[in-house]
Amino acid sequence: MPALLEVRDLHTEFRTGAGVVRAVDGISYTVERGETVAIVGESGSGKSVSALSILRLIPDPPGRITGGYIGFAGRDLMALSEEEMRQVRGGDIGMVFQEPMTSLNPVLTIGRQITETIEQHRGGDRQAAYRRAVELLGLVGIADPQRRLRQYPHQLSGGMRQRIMIAIALACDPKLIIADEPTTALDVTIQAQILELMKELTRRLEVALIIITHNLGVVARYANRVNVMYAGRIVESGPAAAIYHAPRHPYTIALLRSVPRLDRPRRERLDPVEGQPPDLTRLDGGCAFRPRCRFAVAACAESQPPLVQAGSLRHLAACFRSDEVAGATGAAA
Amino acid sequence: MTAASAEARPLLEVRGLRMHFPVTEGIVRGRAIGEVKAVDGIDFSVRRGETLGLVGESGCGKTTTGRCILRLEKPTAGEIIYDGVDIAKLGRKELVALRRRIQVIFQDPYSSLNPRMKVGDIIGEPIRVHGIERDGKRRDTRVRELLSVCGLDGKFADRYPHEMSGGQRQRVGIARALALEPEFIVCDEAVSALDVSIQAQVVNLLEDLRGRFNLTYLFIAHDLSVVRHLCQRVAVMYLGRVVELADCDELFDNPLHPYTQALLAAVPVPDPSVEAARDFRPVKGEVPSPINPPSGCVFHPRCPIAVESCKAARPELREARPGHWVACSQVQ
Repeated sequence: MPALLEVRDLHTEFRTGAGVVRAVDGISYTVERGETVAIVGESGSGKSVSALSILRLIPDPPGRITGGYIGFAGRDLMALSEEEMRQVRGGDIGMVFQEPMTSLNPVLTIGRQITETIEQHRGGDRQAAYRRAVELLGLVGIADPQRRLRQYPHQLSGGMRQRIMIAIALACDPKLIIADEPTTALDVTIQAQILELMKELTRRLEVALIIITHNLGVVARYANRVNVMYAGRIVESGPAAAIYHAPRHPYTIALLRSVPRLDRPRRERLDPVEGQPPDLTRLDGGCAFRPRCRFAVAACAESQPPLVQAGSLRHLAACFRSDEVAGATGAAA
Repeated sequence: MTAASAEARPLLEVRGLRMHFPVTEGIVRGRAIGEVKAVDGIDFSVRRGETLGLVGESGCGKTTTGRCILRLEKPTAGEIIYDGVDIAKLGRKELVALRRRIQVIFQDPYSSLNPRMKVGDIIGEPIRVHGIERDGKRRDTRVRELLSVCGLDGKFADRYPHEMSGGQRQRVGIARALALEPEFIVCDEAVSALDVSIQAQVVNLLEDLRGRFNLTYLFIAHDLSVVRHLCQRVAVMYLGRVVELADCDELFDNPLHPYTQALLAAVPVPDPSVEAARDFRPVKGEVPSPINPPSGCVFHPRCPIAVESCKAARPELREARPGHWVACSQVQ
């Protein structure tokens, strides 16, 4: 059976005053039915743009998807009409964004926002949609659903609003949910509640999940597979255990080493990734991580290293020296 | 007073600090209909040369506490004894002198730097305003020195903030804080907005500067792993109160307050096998409103070990073990 989602050689550009930014520069990955895939990276790595591209939600201008294939449940999303795409969004693919206050409509009641989604995608009468909305609020752990459905977003806490977003995402029995930094705006105890809820529901309802985050702890707890992005490309991809325990890309290694960990003894000093993040308007043809990489050699300036198998099956890295890198981390860790 | 006793006395002592904000109704003439008890009677001290972490979730009052110490707010009640003087009661003129000694580094390097000013002018402004160096040339030299101390090339003095990355901007914010050679710096979520790879750079820089210039930090943050790395002692706040205060290692190894325990448990560790092996249940409920906080112990509605009496009596912060203070009646 083919993968639920297949992204192949996706390119998304933005035309800016400073030049063309290749925010997503040829990424490929798959998501299987029911699995949780994390896309991890720092600001400007292209992780959010790659997800918005799947939904074809790139504002044009200034942005444009310039190439690539997005296959979802046997359909080519790039070939769909705008109307068909609207049915996919919020239908087969649910969405949860970072800031629930801006993604909910402030002048509509919670109830109306949920029933609207259901009516749009499933048709049927208002009463059926309302019953479904009550059921959904129960599903996401909101007590007293009848009262909540009459309320407006500003009357709810951040955690509660994110539960509503999850309810809307689940409203039409999606096969995939794309969650872009779903808990970044939330406090840590609420973050834990929301993530546990998403994990429990995606497992129980067998929904695949793409979770986009910069938080390496969140990835470790919730993802089956991980794509690490840097400067618009996937630099490493594989099962979570392989990425964390046997990373093959110098950026992944540096990133994991730079975070202080609560479960380890305190270190004298942190081990930062030196240098500055890349300026996407000024990339040359070489590996974008080269200026910050302690493994860089002359070849790294010549061309972009392709994403190829490194280590175990399904573990890929885009580094000319991924074998030496793997050896070096064993010694350093 | 001898030099030795001056050393032993904490640089900053906060006693019974309260900061209540009125909640008003009506657009033209707001009538007070209640108050937000942002900080509701807290005590702690900061020793000279140490980094005290102040942690908690949004709305716990940690930022308001910092703003009171900076005297960006005038506290409703309580004392803030800084080097022997109660700064809670200082007037305008005395505050100007105080600001040379206490500085601040803000969270967001995007909104805390004036986008229309060059970096050199941003850093030079406090030096000019306080009349420390009136000569423009010499001020420029000082600015370049400060940039270099913060790991930035002198050429950045002629740039605007938007030409710099987030990490570079935060270094500018730090250089500005250092410009008046303060003793005490309130770091309010100073590394929270930075990317992981850059955050470690700035954390190291803050540590270096503390040693080099004998600084004392109040490090306000919600990221517990960074706090553990940087701080000597940590105070945990919840809904306007300090619920636990201890040496850093003690607090993280033996958290006593159920809220601290919940907070620590909620932080996911970047290691899939550690996470898979962990039996994790998030603490229930949400932080209640500080306008109408729960009676007794403010944490009791969410607390896994609460008993009936927790609803009635507010537990005071007491020393459960040497140097380890906790506000919970159920902790032995």
